[in-house]
Formats: sequence, structure tokens, C-alpha cells
Amino acid sequence: MLGAFFVVPFGIMVAVSFFHRVPGGFYEPAFEFANYERFLTAFFGGVLGFSLGLSALVAAVAVVLAFPFTYLLVRRPRRVQVIWLVFLLSVLSLSEVIIGFAWSTLFSRTAGITNLLVAIGVMDQAVALSPSFEAVLTGMVYQAFPYTVLVLYPALSRLDPTLVEAARTLGASPFRAFFTVIVPGLRNTIVSTLIMVFVFALGSYLLPQLLGRPQQWTLSVLITDQAIYQSNMPFAAAMAVFLVLVSLGLVGLSLVLGRREHAQ
Amino acid sequence: MSAWPTRLVFALFGLVLAAPLAVVAGVSVNEKKSLTFPPEGFSLGWFGQIFTDGEWFHALLASLGVAALSSILAVLIALPIAWFLWRWHAPFARIVQVLGLAPFILPPVITALGFLAFWSELGLYGQPWTVVVSHGIFFVTLPLVTLTLGFDAIDPTLVEAATTMGADDRAVLRTIVFPLIRPYIVSGLAFAFVLSLNEYIVAYMVVGFTLETLPIKIFNALRYGYTPTMAAVTVLFVAVAALVFGLIARFGDLPRLLGAWSHRDE
Repeated sequence: MLGAFFVVPFGIMVAVSFFHRVPGGFYEPAFEFANYERFLTAFFGGVLGFSLGLSALVAAVAVVLAFPFTYLLVRRPRRVQVIWLVFLLSVLSLSEVIIGFAWSTLFSRTAGITNLLVAIGVMDQAVALSPSFEAVLTGMVYQAFPYTVLVLYPALSRLDPTLVEAARTLGASPFRAFFTVIVPGLRNTIVSTLIMVFVFALGSYLLPQLLGRPQQWTLSVLITDQAIYQSNMPFAAAMAVFLVLVSLGLVGLSLVLGRREHAQ
Repeated sequence: MSAWPTRLVFALFGLVLAAPLAVVAGVSVNEKKSLTFPPEGFSLGWFGQIFTDGEWFHALLASLGVAALSSILAVLIALPIAWFLWRWHAPFARIVQVLGLAPFILPPVITALGFLAFWSELGLYGQPWTVVVSHGIFFVTLPLVTLTLGFDAIDPTLVEAATTMGADDRAVLRTIVFPLIRPYIVSGLAFAFVLSLNEYIVAYMVVGFTLETLPIKIFNALRYGYTPTMAAVTVLFVAVAALVFGLIARFGDLPRLLGAWSHRDE
């Protein structure tokens, strides 16, 4: 029953991706690869390459920040953990519209952080920091960080605390114990988290629009753009099918990796 | 690790995570209709405007209505599935869980486009109620996860005792199962409610031109420039999310809901 709910809309989408677009109208049933062919042009190839690169960068930064953070978090008293979890969930549940708006305010000339730097004398004049690639990256890492922590949280909270104790007893410093015992021990968790966050970042559809220039638009933005503004559903569907395949493949890979770790 | 470097790390993360929200909160109490921080003067007028300005108030009502109805729908779909998997120890439980998670892990644009294609194929594109159904299905994962945990937490001996005393399935459900999983129903409902309230892309693709929810309204307003009401609405959203998750944490076991072992804390 549940399957039908999702399989039917996806099936229709796959079908639409082969349909023929009627200019100015909607689409008519057909079976053609034109939509996929268009996708293979240099422009969309560039967008695809940029999307994948950006998502990989976001995933790497988010995991590098979130892993030590979560490691420290699960060692805190339960009450502290709960407060942080409430805070992280609140940030995570925020709409991309709101995160984008909040960061564009923080990056703006009149209300942004540069005003603070001017106030303490580091800068001479307040400047606008967005739109720029760095702004997009910051916004997306901000959005991905709570997600990353929550993906890592179960694995790290189930980690056997005696492992670190053993390393410490044998004379390792806390940093050494972290890098030689914890990180290698959770290698598969880290890789599968990287993949999950990568897919999460691929789905970002508004931050590149709100914080970046059109050169920084990702595949998700283009899909929205084609479906709504260009009303070219078949082409949007073809891109979406491609995105589904990439994402599903990666998610499957991360599930396999996760299972292997449990089996050990 | 000693206490104070850890504290410093947490303080730093907290500061960065809170910074954009703090700036928006500051901007929302600006007296003038300009985007400046630190705020000039103090006024809660922009919060009042959410309720007095017809367009914003309408969007607020639309959002609340969609979130309430779709979270109830999500629970109504999830409840029989979770019950069935628990009662019959279905071997395909894992597959159902992964299927339920799929739309949640995949880029939301895909789900949104799938629903758009689905509703327009049925000729129902743009009907305001379609967003309720779409959200109800999209967010079914959340109550499904909380309810699965809830059913797992039921002590099987209680059910056995009731069955031995002659209770049928329905009596067991009414007198034992339902009271025990009620907190999990509420938390599933709450998760779905908050996420539906904040959801943009599915709502936009399905009913973007006929029904304006708050996130859609903010985005549309952003394109024509800035008004402080957006900042006020944003503060409202953060407050609602913090309140709801705070309540779940107060009355439920949040670390367990998020996948931590619970017995370690006992």
C-alpha cells in the first residue's frame, strides 16, 4: 500500500520524461529520448559537474565539523544532550526559504556581519557578502550540519566507551585516541554519512538561488525552474529521473556499508 | 577531555548556529521598515502585522490548516502499517521501512515533481486539498518511525496476559496497545506538523499558484524586496519548532527517538 503511494507518482514521472513537449502548452504522450539528449549538452553537463562538486564539498565540510562535535555531544550529560537535540532539530526543520532569508540578512550590507567587523575596527566599510560561491557554501553547510549530527548520533552514542578508556590507559592522548581508535573504527559510518549528506546537499533547491548567482545554480534549482517557469515537464522529469538514479545508487551503497559495519 | 575546551567548542558551535536566527530576530523588532542590524528602536508591530495584514494572515491560516490536516493524515496512514508490522512480525518490515524512508532521503525536488506529475495526470492539479494528501504521504515516515519504536517498547507479557484472560485483538488494542503508544502517536504527529509547516517545494509545485502557505508567501515576497514581516514570521517559525521539540523532549525520550540506546542512561 505504502509502495503504491510512491511508486505511482514516480512511475508517472518516468513516463513523462519520455513524453514530447508541446511548446506553450503542456506535453503529449510519446516515446523519445530528446529530453535525455538535451541533458547531455555542455551546459547541463557543466551544471551537473558543479552540483556534484558542490555537494561533495558540503558533505566533506559538514562531516569534518559534525563528527568531532557529535563525539563530544554523546559524552555530555543526558540533559545537555536533550537541549542540543531540541536546538538541532529546530534548525533542521526550518524551511530552506527561512534559512536562505536568514543568511542573506547576515550577509547583507546593511544588517550583516561586516557591520560587526566595522564596529570593532577590523574593516573600514560594511560590504555585501552575497551573492557569492562562499555564501552558497556557508548556507548549505549550515543547513546540512544538524542533519549530519543526527545521522551520526546513533552510531556514536552506541560506541563502546571502553575503547577510548583502553587507549587512554595505554597512554594515548585524547586527540590520539580519537584519531587512532574512534575514526578508523567508524570508517564505514563516516563514509555512509558522507554519502547521505552528499545526497541531502544535492536536494538543496533554494539556497543556490537566494545566496548565489545563476552560475551557482544546481541541478535541483534547474529542475524547479524547468518544471514551473519554463513549464517543460518532460525535461524536468528527465533530469529528476537522473537525479533519482544517482541518489538511489548512492543511498544503496551507504546502506550496504552500514550493514557491513553491523555485521562485524 | 577537560571541561573548558569542550565548553568552548560547544559555545562556538552554538554561536554560529544561532547567529543568522539572532540577526533575523533583531531585524524583526526594527521600528522602521528597513533591513538594519543592530535594530533601530524597538517595535513588535511587525509581529502584529502577521495577524492584521490580510495576505499574511491568510497564509498563516493556510499553513496551519495544511500542517494540522496532513500530520493527522500521516498518523492515520502510519498507524495501521506500524500495527500490522508489529502484530504479525512481518518479515518484510525492513523493506517497508526503507521504502518509507526513501522519499525522505531523496532530494525533495524529486518527490515534489512526482506529485506534480501525479496530480496533473489525474486532472486535479492546483486543488488546495492535494497538498494535504501530498504532505501526509511525504511525511508518513516520521510517525512510522516513532510508532515502530512505540510498538517495540510494549512489553509482550502484557499482551500475553490479556490474551490469556480472553481478550481478542480489538480489546488488546483498546486497553493495552493504544494507551501505551499514545505518546509516540503525539510525537509522530508533532514531527510531521512542524515539518509540514516549514515545507516549501512540494507545496509550491503542487498548489503554488492556488494556495499560498507561509514559506511560499515569504519566498514570493523576497522576490519583490524586503519587508520586516518576513523576519517576524521567521522568528515565529523558530519559536514553534523549538516549542514543539521541547515538548517532545519534556514528555518523551528524545535521544531514543533519534536512535540512541536508552538503557545506558538508566
